[in-house]
This record gives sequence, structure tokens and C-alpha cells, in this order.
Amino acid sequence: MKNILEINNVTKFYKNSVKALENINLDIKEGEIFALLGPNGAGKSTLINSICGIVNFNTGTIKINNMDIIKNYRNTRKITGIVPQELNLESFETVWNNVNYSRGLFGKKLDHNYIEKLLKQLSLWDKKDNKIKELSGGMKRRVLIAKALSHQPKLLFLDEPTASVDVELRKDMWDVVKKLNKDGVTIILTTHYIEEAEELSDRVAVINDGKIILVDDKDKLIKKLGEKTIKIELVEPIEKINGNLSKYNFTLDQTNKIISHTYNLNSNTTDITELLNDVKKDGYKIKDINTEQSSLEEIFIKLIQENNNELVRN
Amino acid sequence: MNWYGIKAIYIHEMERFRRTLFQSLASPIITTSLYFVVFGSAIGSRITEIDGINYGSYIVPGMIMLTILTQSISNASFAFYFPRFTNTIYEILAAPLSSFEIVLGFVGAAASKSLIIGCVIILTANFFVDVRIDHPLLMMFFLILTSITFALFGFIIGMYAEGFEGLQIIPILIITPLVFLGGSFYSINMLPEFWQKISLLNPVLYLISGFRYSFYEVSDVSLLTSTLTILTILIGCIIFITYTFSKGYRIKD
Repeated sequence: MKNILEINNVTKFYKNSVKALENINLDIKEGEIFALLGPNGAGKSTLINSICGIVNFNTGTIKINNMDIIKNYRNTRKITGIVPQELNLESFETVWNNVNYSRGLFGKKLDHNYIEKLLKQLSLWDKKDNKIKELSGGMKRRVLIAKALSHQPKLLFLDEPTASVDVELRKDMWDVVKKLNKDGVTIILTTHYIEEAEELSDRVAVINDGKIILVDDKDKLIKKLGEKTIKIELVEPIEKINGNLSKYNFTLDQTNKIISHTYNLNSNTTDITELLNDVKKDGYKIKDINTEQSSLEEIFIKLIQENNNELVRN
Repeated sequence: MNWYGIKAIYIHEMERFRRTLFQSLASPIITTSLYFVVFGSAIGSRITEIDGINYGSYIVPGMIMLTILTQSISNASFAFYFPRFTNTIYEILAAPLSSFEIVLGFVGAAASKSLIIGCVIILTANFFVDVRIDHPLLMMFFLILTSITFALFGFIIGMYAEGFEGLQIIPILIITPLVFLGGSFYSINMLPEFWQKISLLNPVLYLISGFRYSFYEVSDVSLLTSTLTILTILIGCIIFITYTFSKGYRIKD
């Protein structure tokens, strides 16, 4: 699949000499959903704003559809949409005017049929004549998405799309994002919610302190860095782990009935069949077996901590 | 050229003018009427004529210029500062628009609003005094050029303002005094020689003088000097905006 976005050696300093982005290199494939994860102030929004032309970056190049975003800004921006993190809208304008205004800005002729379809798709049609100030936070978020989609972009940036929205609306937004992606829109989202990245994305990048510290397929990342814990509940309590099980680093819980063993998914050091055979050989009777896999969130925290420790060491 | 983008900004701004039409028109009409009452009736009864023109009629071009200057500046500065304040400017910056197109949309709308207000003031003035326009094309030329020039100036203020109060400082502290001291309500020939020379340093004097010439064929300075002055200010504003915008200063962090 071809790259729709290529970022090469991008660095950005703010006026106070604070380095916001450091030597960023990233390729985004056409048609994927890409999640950019990172703590507050990591540089997620700065990176998105640099790509969209909202802030100037200092060095490096950014290409969209193989066109430089500075030299070919008209062509690249025509196919790019952005949903900002904040609810930046003109309160006294109607939904209809707001969305049509955005379409015009991006150089497209008015198309009431398309805007009607879009507003219906985002459940905004019955609010089209309402002023923005009359809408709930969730509805405003939808208006921002409608504005970003008003010119039918191929590449959509969602900066914290579900920040401060309730769980129900978050799920609705996820459905919208999935539908857009299905319709061929490449999506890059920044999020604090690992659950969101886990649910939506094909690939994930982790950014910390202006540097990308990891880019990988979401599933591979979970597999590569994820840990799995097998918990075996025994029928009878035991005093101590010994015999064949001592080689597995099992831990015993307070009830003396549940033994747990944590292993890395990628290491291939634990053969579950052999482990269960050893339990049987030692004469234990199994009541229940449960496995737990580390989430993207745990992986993310681990990565950031490791990176921060490295920064402190350096 | 992104004509749809320019049109979108222009219509968006004119829509704001439509929404606040009463406030937009009521204020200049009331102010103009008050000037006629104070200057036209009270003072005008003592100064009957200047350069052979009835005093009430003489002050009409100056009053129009006062309104055009202040309205052009306030319309353009507010229009550009407001999206900066609400952060909706992200969308304009992310759109396939050149800085020239952005300025054209905002300044075009601000100048259009000022022109509408200017025309309303001419009509209002007709209720109080006889207004004669000897050179209507020249009058429109000055009106349009002044509106555009000072809308550009307002745009610069909108780019630099740190708050709403910042939008008011230059119009109140600089523009209004310059207009009052630029011969809006008198001819500089009525001043002592020293103050006549000082008045010649005031660029607004040249605008009012040229504009007044288009009405009554009387002026304090030559028409050519007036035209060159307004063109110089216009070019200065264009160069300043182009440079600032191209660097992204005050807009793109």
C-alpha cells in the first residue's frame, strides 16, 4: 500500500527555544487508521498542526500524496481535514452555515446535497438551523467532524476526538471513524485513551518529549511487548510451590489456591501444554483457568517510563 | 486562486454585518446626526462659509472620512482578531488559501461594510444640508481606496492585538485625533501659519482634502499629493502584511 503521508526529519522549536518536535520520521499508509499516543505535551498536536499548516516547523520535509506540503500547499491541503482538540467554533453561527463555510474555505463549490448527506450521517440534520451555542459538547464535536469532512478529504486528522465526551458518545464517534475509514479516508488520531487506539487503529506510534519512540502494528506491538498471565485455581489449597512447577516462577495468592505465572507473548519460553501436564503430574486438581493479557495502556505506560528513565540517565 | 475560499470568508463576514445591521448602521447615523447638530447648527451659525461653501456642507466629506477610517479599521481588526480569539483561525490556516487570498476576503468584507456605511452617511447628511458631488467617480475612487487602505491597517491591528482592548487603542489614540486635526471640520488655512505647517505632517489631512475636492472642488493640498498619500499608505500596509503573513508571525507560533 502506498504512503499517503511521509514525514522526514521534522524538527520544531517554539519561540522560547522549547523543542516541540525532534527529528520526526513517520510514514502513513493510505487507508489505515493510525494512532499517535503520548502524554500531555509530548508533541502530538504540534505534529498534526505542522502537517496541516497551522504552525510552521523549522526543519525537515512533509509530503502528502508525494507532494511537499509547503511547495504544493494548495493540492495537499485540499485533501486534508483536521478536527481540533478544542471545540473551536463560532457560537453565533448556525450548523449549516458553519459547515458550508468550511467547504468554501477549502475551495469547493457549494453542494447542499453532500452537506445534507453528511449532516444526516453525523446525526446533525435536525440541528442544522441551530446556532452552535445551543448545542451540547458532543454535538459540537460532531459539527467539527462535519466541518473537517465538508470538502471530502482523503486524509483526516482527529486530535483527541473523544476528549471530554461521555462513554456512549465515544462509542458513537468510534463508529463514525470506522465508517469513514471504510469509505476510504485515511485517519490519523491522537488520543490519551489507549482503549480508543486499541479499538480503532491499525498501527500505533508512541511519542514522548517530541520524539517518536516506537511505531508498530497495534497487534504486533501488543504481542511484542505484551505480557500474558495464566492463573490456575486449584481445588485444594497448597502450602508451597514445588515439584515440577518450581521451574515456572509461579506465585501463590493469599488464599493459597490460585497460582499465577506471567510470560512474554513473544518469548516462546512457556509451553502451556507442558505447564498443564506438569500441574497434573504434581497431582494438583484444577478448578479453573484464567488468562490475562496486558493492554496497550500498560504497554504505553511501560514505554513512557522506560523512555523517561533513559532521558534522566542521559 | 481559491475564489470559493475568498467568497466564503467574504460572505461569512458580511453575514456577521447583516446579523448586527442595526448596531452597525445606528451608531454612525446617530454620531453623524450629532455632529450636524453640534458643528453644523451650533458652530455653523458662527462660521457661515469656508472657501465659498456653506459650513454644514463643508464638513460632510470630513465626517464621512472620519467614519470610513474608524469603521474600516474596527471592522477589519475585529474580523481577523475574532477567529484568533476563538481559535477558529485554525481552519483558515489549514485551508488551501494564500495569505493574499485570506487578506482579500477579510479586507474586502471590511471595506464593503465601510462603503455601505459611507453611503448611508451621505444619505443622512442630505437630511441636514445640501450635499453636492462635483466629481462622483473621483469621490468613489477616494472612498474605495480609503476603505481598502484602512481595512488593511485594521487587519494589521487584528494580527497584533493581544486582547479586545488592544483593538481600540490605535483608533482611539491615533486615528481619531488625526482625523479631527486633519481638517475634517475646518480648512487648515484658518489656522496660524505654524499650525498649518504642523498639519501638513498629518497624512489624514491629504485624504480629507482630496475627498473634499471630489465634492466641492476645494482643497487644502493638491489632488495629486492626496492621491499619492493614500497610495503610499496602501502600499505600505500591503508590504507589511505580506511580510508578516509570510513569516507566520503572530499567527502560526
